Formats: sequence, structure tokens, C-alpha cells
Amino acid sequence: MEGRLANMWRLTVNESKFVETALQSELRVDGRGLYDYRKLTIKFGKEYGSSEVQLGHTHVMGFVTAQLVQPYKDRPNEGSLSIFTEFSPMADPSFEPGRPGESAVELGRIIDRGLRESRAVDTESLCVLAGKKVWSVRIDLHILDNGGNLVDAANIAALAALMTFRRPDCTVGGESNQEVIIHSLEEREPVPLIIHHLPIAFTFGFFNKGNIVVMDPTYIEEEVMCGRMTVTVNANGDICAIQKPGEEGVNQSVILHCLRLASSRAAATTKIIREEVEAYNREKSLQKVKRHPTLAKPEVSGPIVVVKEGHKMSEDEAIAAEISREYVERLNLSSVELKSSKEQEAVAASPGNFKGGPSNWDPYTEAMDVDSLKASLASRGVSVTKSTIKKKANDSGNVQKEVTGDLEMKDTAETTKHKSGEMTLKDAVKPKKKRKNKSS
Amino acid sequence: MEYVNPEGLRLDGRRFNEMRQIVAEVGVVSRADGSAVFEMGNTKVIAAVYGPREIQNKSQQKNGHALVMCEYSMAHFSTGDRRRQKNDRRSTELSLVIRQTMEACILTEVLPHSQIDIFLQVLQADGGTRSACINAATLALADAGIPMRDLAVSCSAGYLNSTPLLDLNYVEDSAGGADVTVGILPKLDKVTLLQMDAKLPMETFETVFALASEGCKAIAERVREVLQENTKQLEYRRAA
Repeated sequence: MEGRLANMWRLTVNESKFVETALQSELRVDGRGLYDYRKLTIKFGKEYGSSEVQLGHTHVMGFVTAQLVQPYKDRPNEGSLSIFTEFSPMADPSFEPGRPGESAVELGRIIDRGLRESRAVDTESLCVLAGKKVWSVRIDLHILDNGGNLVDAANIAALAALMTFRRPDCTVGGESNQEVIIHSLEEREPVPLIIHHLPIAFTFGFFNKGNIVVMDPTYIEEEVMCGRMTVTVNANGDICAIQKPGEEGVNQSVILHCLRLASSRAAATTKIIREEVEAYNREKSLQKVKRHPTLAKPEVSGPIVVVKEGHKMSEDEAIAAEISREYVERLNLSSVELKSSKEQEAVAASPGNFKGGPSNWDPYTEAMDVDSLKASLASRGVSVTKSTIKKKANDSGNVQKEVTGDLEMKDTAETTKHKSGEMTLKDAVKPKKKRKNKSS
Repeated sequence: MEYVNPEGLRLDGRRFNEMRQIVAEVGVVSRADGSAVFEMGNTKVIAAVYGPREIQNKSQQKNGHALVMCEYSMAHFSTGDRRRQKNDRRSTELSLVIRQTMEACILTEVLPHSQIDIFLQVLQADGGTRSACINAATLALADAGIPMRDLAVSCSAGYLNSTPLLDLNYVEDSAGGADVTVGILPKLDKVTLLQMDAKLPMETFETVFALASEGCKAIAERVREVLQENTKQLEYRRAA
């Protein structure tokens, strides 16, 4: 019974009359239809388990943290989930600093009921040592701007934060086999929470003695409306919680109508949240991998690698790239040399005169791409020698034959490329040594 | 655990649509303007109403409407374990809910510049304290002679062992099944209060909701009887 209403911001009589009359002809002050939702944007912070939700002008921040605590005596093998709300005085003139007011408590309780009583979060998986240590997950909801319909926005913020939250992995061990070892985020991949379903809150406002129903009321409508109902539903069509705290009475049929509206909406909102969370998770996992923009193939950088290793990899890759580049150049040269050696017998020609006739056809510089070269490095030496042998065999030195020989070479190169499609760049380095040894 | 046995009887021997025994009495607090005790089985609530009286905190005054205040508290000895403290989140929320339910049935516009205080104390808690409080508050408000639209009454219903159950007791309430508390204005046939937790499919909810509404209507009859009985008593005393 503290000073509620003390700092209440009041709508003028004209304004409230305007809102009511407009609603009677199914018009809302912000131009929406009666059952339209405002634009929902979900953003995530740098750290795990933080979210910012914007629903129209309403702005709510959610933050999830976890701590190892002793479990409640009546539930020794279940973790706990608690929700704390903070109504910052900067968000609305009626919010007062200090202890949470009635509305803050109610908001927390509605979200708490939706999340906890419907067992959306698996609390049993939060148990580390039965009766001794369990994870206590705490959701902090900060209202940054009140544009109306705080419950829905806060509920989505809580869900988004829970879905992106990762708790550090921990194992039981030590001397007594009763010690809990918490592994740091670098040491082991942190563990996400198990979330069975997403209970989504939808708030309805009642006007004109419960005859007009409006979804997602703004703060102006909240001042005018005579009743309110929050329905928490999930995408499976289950009702997880309902809160209609007194106020104007409405008919049963209206309530059931609202329930149906809410459950038809749940799938769409669930989809938005899931998509946003997935995008965030993808980005987060991409951040962990350092890729080399041109050389890295998807096969090479398939699995997620921890940052440190990633660095190492990229260095290796850089070296490999350097070597392979050198090698490509040398190959080109050697091919030229090879050609010229062939050419010396057939047509006396210098490397400069290569262009033009079929005899000068050079698969390396014109028809082959760098990738296939790199991939087929291993086979290169062999094929080259092969072709020279071939050439020696049919000593006639026919130009046409030579071309086919070269074509064959290209074919083998390409087949080896296909075969060695999964080979990494490191494999490509090896033959070079072989060659070096050979040459030296 | 089996909450409904194959014969269709519950742990305390009731049928699924049977309510606990209701005992109600008005005028139990001598200094209060209106008061009542409401018992539902082992749940016992005492309510006291002061007002309409002058507003104590002028800044809280509402234009053209009476100010309704409500305080819900649970006696420390009301539950098995003594851990409930005053002003926790649950009682804050319940105070708000009960206040808004009573505001909806009091004709606040005929009592401007005045304040009505409702104090509720749970003496014994055995499930359904929220409903019992609303019923007790209605009786106390009627006893205080405060103009009301209707007698707001409330009842709860749950869903356990795939059976909808009326008026849950503590054991049934803490079993983890759904719990639907409904508050209605029976004459106007309007729902003012509706609270639900746990998960229920849509169709099941409708049956549980209907059951709770039926329960409310039965309670409304009983509340009316109690008030009429009290009025008769007053008449006898005047005649004597």
C-alpha cells in the first residue's frame, strides 16, 4: 500500500475520449488494426545470455546469469530459475526508485509463471551434485523505455536471453569425488540450457466495458483501457499461463476468443525469436573461426575450431599459401622448360613464341586454374616424367601427338584433382620436398 | 501419485465436482465497518473493511472515484512450515489482484473523495486462499454497506490425473498440475479475475474454466444465503 499513483502521468480527458471514440470505429491511434502487433526487434549483446527487445517504443533488456548454489530442500536435484525486474525511473514517470512496485512484482510473476510453472526450462539438467550443488539461473529484466505492453516485451527478452545463454561446463571430481570443477569458457565449450518450449505472452486490452478487444496496447491505450489480460501460450497450442487481474469484467466468450487469437499468433512470434537466435548463434560460431579469405575451402574449415587453434591454422595456411604460390610459379616455369625441351626437338622455338599455333598450346598458363594446380601438385612430377617418356617412346616428334600428350596430362591432372578433392594444403606441400630431394 | 482413485474419489473423499464445506460469518471484528470470516474446508480467511472514509494520502486521490486499498497477508502459523515473510512478491501480487477485483464490483463513482481499506489475513492455508480472500472481502464489503454492482465471488479448479477437479486443496494444488482461479460477477455473468499456471491444452482449459465458473455460481448462492441470514438476524434483534 505504498504510494502508488503518487507520480502518475495522466492522460487528458480529451485525449482519452479521442482514443475511445476512435476505437469504437476500430481505429487505433497508431494506425494499427485491433489485433496487429507492433514491430518486434531482437538484438543480442556480446556476451552469452543478453538480449535487447524492442516492441514499438517499448525497450526491455534481459540478462541471464548462473551461479552454483545449494538446492532447495524439497527439490534436491533441481536447479532454480528466478526472475528479477527492474523498472528504471528513467523509463516512465510513474516508476519510482527503490523497492520494486506492484506492477514490477506483477510483471515478474507473470513471466515467472509462464516460464517456470509450464516447465519451459529443464531444471533437472541444472543439477550438478544432488542435494549439494545446482545451477541457479537468474533472469534480470530491465525496462529501459515504457511504450506500453511491458509484459510481452519482457517475456520475449527473457526467452531470447535464455536461449542464447551458455553456462560453463563443469564436472564432478577431485579427491573426495565430491568437488565441482568449473571449466572456463576457453577450456571447454559452454553448455546451453535445455528449453522445451517457448511460452509467449500476449497482452490484450479491453475497452468500452469489455466490448472492444485490442492486442498489444500502447502506453496511451493502457491509460484509457478498463481491463487487461495476459495470455501465455506456446506454439503447440498449450496455454501456459493467464493473468487477468480483476478490473472490468468481460464475457467468457471474449476470453476464449482472446485465447484463440493468442495461440494463432504464437507460431509466428516463436519463429521470429528462433530465427534471431539462430542468426546470433551462427555469427557467434563464425567469430570463433579465423578464415583465410581466398584459400580456405569449406572442407578445410568445416568444424568449429577454438580461437587459439584458429590462429595457428591461419599461420600454417599462410605459409602453405606462400609455398604453393612459389610452387605454382616454378611449375609454370618448369612447364615452360619442359615445353621448350620438347619444342627444341620438334620446332625450334623460344618460350616467347608459344602463342598462336596448336603446337604452342599451353594448358598450364591458359586452360588450368590455380586450384587444380595446387591440388594436383602431387601427381605433377609423375605425369610430367610420364609424358616425357611417352614422348621419347614415339620419337617421331609429331606436333599433333605432343598436343594429345599434353591433353592427357591435363586430364590426369584433373582426375587427380577430383580424387584429392579432400586433400588439404598441407598435403600439397609434401611433394615439393620430394621433388627437391629428387632434384638435389 | 494418484489424486483421483478409480472410484472417482479424491484424496479427501470428494468427487471431482464437489466443493469443500463452506462456513461463513459476518461481523466478526467489532471495530471494523464490515468484517467476515470465510472458511472453505481447512482454508480460513478473515477480512475487515474500513471505510468509506477520508483519504489519508491526498496525493493518491482519484478524480471522481473512491480509492480502494487492499492488504493481503498470511499469518505465519497458517502454513506447515514457517518461512513466509510479510511483503513477499506473492502477497504483493495477490493484494493487487484482489484490489482490482474488488474495485470492479464496488460502485467507486458514487463515493468520490473517499477511501476503502480492505484487510485480509489468512489464518489457515489449505489451498485456494486467493478465492477465499475474494469471497471474504465481498462479504465484508457487503457487511460494511458499501454499494456494489454485484457480489464478486471466486473459485478455483485444477486438472490432475486427466480429470478436472473443483476447489483444489493444498496437496492437490502443489501436485504441479494446472490451477485455474476464476473470479466472476454472477449476476452480470462477467469474468473479472482469471489466473492460471502450468500447461493445459486449449480444450482442456475450456472444461476446467467452465467447471470453475460453475463453482463460482455455487459459491455466490452460498454467499447470498449467508448475507440474507445475517439480515434476518439483524431484523430479529431490532424487533426484540
